[in-house]
Amino acid sequence: MSRLKACFEALASQQKTALIPFVTAGDPHPDQTVDIMHVLAKNGADVLELGVPFSDPMADGPVIQLADERALLHNTSLTDVLAMVKQFRETNQDTPVVLMGYLNPVEIYGYQRFAVDASAAGVDALLTVDLPPEASTEFVADLKDKGIDSVFLIAPTTTDERIKKIVAAGSGYIYYVSVKGVTGSASLDVGDVKGRLETIRNSTDLPIAVGFGIKDSETAKAIAKIADGVVVGSALVNIIAGNQQDKAALLDKVGVFTRSLSDAVTEGC
Amino acid sequence: MSETQQKEYLDTPDEFGNFGPYGGRFVSETLMAALEDLEALYDRLSKDPEFIAEFDRDLAHYVGRPSPLYFAERWTNKIGGAKIYLKREDLNHTGAHKVNNTIGQALLAKHTGKTRIIAETGAGQHGVATATVAARLGMECEVFMGEEDIRRQALNVYRMRLLGAKVNAVSSGTKTLKDAMNEAMRDWVTNVDNTFYIIGTVAGPHPYPKLVRDFQCVIGREAKRQCQEQTGRLPDALVACVGGGSNAIGLFHPFLSDESVEMYGVEAAGHGIESGQHAAPLCAGKPGVLHGNRTYLMEDENGQIIPTHSVSAGLDYPGVGPEHSWLKDCGRANYVAINDEEALDAFRELTLVEGIIPALESSHALAYASKLAKTMDKDKIIIVNLSGRGDKDIHTVAAIDGISID
Repeated sequence: MSRLKACFEALASQQKTALIPFVTAGDPHPDQTVDIMHVLAKNGADVLELGVPFSDPMADGPVIQLADERALLHNTSLTDVLAMVKQFRETNQDTPVVLMGYLNPVEIYGYQRFAVDASAAGVDALLTVDLPPEASTEFVADLKDKGIDSVFLIAPTTTDERIKKIVAAGSGYIYYVSVKGVTGSASLDVGDVKGRLETIRNSTDLPIAVGFGIKDSETAKAIAKIADGVVVGSALVNIIAGNQQDKAALLDKVGVFTRSLSDAVTEGC
Repeated sequence: MSETQQKEYLDTPDEFGNFGPYGGRFVSETLMAALEDLEALYDRLSKDPEFIAEFDRDLAHYVGRPSPLYFAERWTNKIGGAKIYLKREDLNHTGAHKVNNTIGQALLAKHTGKTRIIAETGAGQHGVATATVAARLGMECEVFMGEEDIRRQALNVYRMRLLGAKVNAVSSGTKTLKDAMNEAMRDWVTNVDNTFYIIGTVAGPHPYPKLVRDFQCVIGREAKRQCQEQTGRLPDALVACVGGGSNAIGLFHPFLSDESVEMYGVEAAGHGIESGQHAAPLCAGKPGVLHGNRTYLMEDENGQIIPTHSVSAGLDYPGVGPEHSWLKDCGRANYVAINDEEALDAFRELTLVEGIIPALESSHALAYASKLAKTMDKDKIIIVNLSGRGDKDIHTVAAIDGISID
């Protein structure tokens, strides 16, 4: 069984919702990423989303754009990101790691080569923002072959017809984008999200995580009541941005914030 | 060239927006529904005689088409080779070929019922052409433009503001056209319900490369007819500058099945291809995925997009329309590059010899045409797409000459 499947099944049996923090690999420096991943896992993160930096992150707001720029200042490549996951796996074999990013770095790395190397590094899933399921049939099969799940987005604008296509292609979980906009932009409307999740659940048994607009414990708690996973990105990346100069303080603050989110998610379940 | 390759480049794109291995629709899920709607709308309207008649009427009476095909006799004699004809897109309303496309997309926007228009712009020509059609339709308009380009193209920025558009400075990344396009995409994702995105070139997700091409093909259709009327035959070569490549596709496409007609797309070599500071993905890049399509890109070994350089803001872009990538691979069109200095020389020469001030973008095509003409017999014919006028570039050229005209 895949690490993601096992994780969501275990949480479901305890009627718990997954906390899924997102950080950009290589931000603020490639040497700090593995430590940050461990701190997230120790403070209640159930799944980690690790951003692969890209020069042109079209779906991201300013907070994650800047994180990508900081990571690219140190030339953080997809090869480096895989090495970080491998290092993380030396002491953590349980927490699923999902790589999230844009297509071009993967395209240049090579699809089959990526599937082989990502699997060897201990990556559990890939979420490529600008690769829709209809354009990725072969790649999804290559990934599946190596035990890697393909996570796809569903948006507020996604038609019922497309929802069926997406849930058929996806595995691991479905990522519901809670707002029309870029990451870290508007605040979500819990009522709207609830209605959309009900629609999606009519088409799939896959767990559904919700992201793009969850900034604080209060929203995390509200979403935990209705979703299977809560993704928090920009709010966390903001803490990293504010503590670039002090490695210990950065880890400390990331840990405290993650714990507060974890408590809120548990409370909301 | 094999039979299958010919068929492949003639009948593109396929239903998924693919030009061979290029093109496609690589965007985040939020935009997929809007693109599917646009595709359906365009499929319907592009076959609707009323829509076609409305587009043609606007091109005739608002844009001022057909644009002349002008025999540049003095320049031809000075160069001493093939006869050079200029397709005068600089004489269109707003001063460039860009308006052909914005007229077409504005008509589409009207049919969607959306009330707000956004656009990205590099040199500002597309921004001006978009602000113009938005003013005419009474629609709200916001244009995204890199900070660096706002500095280089102050005149066009003010023109857009006069036309009632809001110009948003983009300070991320390299502060040029690619970043303006990123920001326009971000705006579109956020406001997709009420906003129509008028993309300015033959790039972006399907169906943009197809519909922008179709709207720009008026250039090549007219040029073909005018060349036959004036010379009694087809041209031997076509030359056009390529940033995203919309003026080049507009000229080339109606000639694709005329095998005797050679085609030359001219990219910006900036400080020289060997310097690495250029904007020539077809000449010196490799395929990848950016801004919704697969195409040749300027990128590093990790798939990161690298900064470009050209003296002309409109060519300063790391990608290119997917159809050009396919025409290159099929060998149907040739892609070459002209550096800043050569373009500036052509800018000055055409101005002095023919009394026509060309845009710096178009000056790249002129510079290559003058090289090419020298290698061809005097009875041969070259058509150069003079895609825009150079008024907007006077400040840039004056600054290079060390003259301040502020």
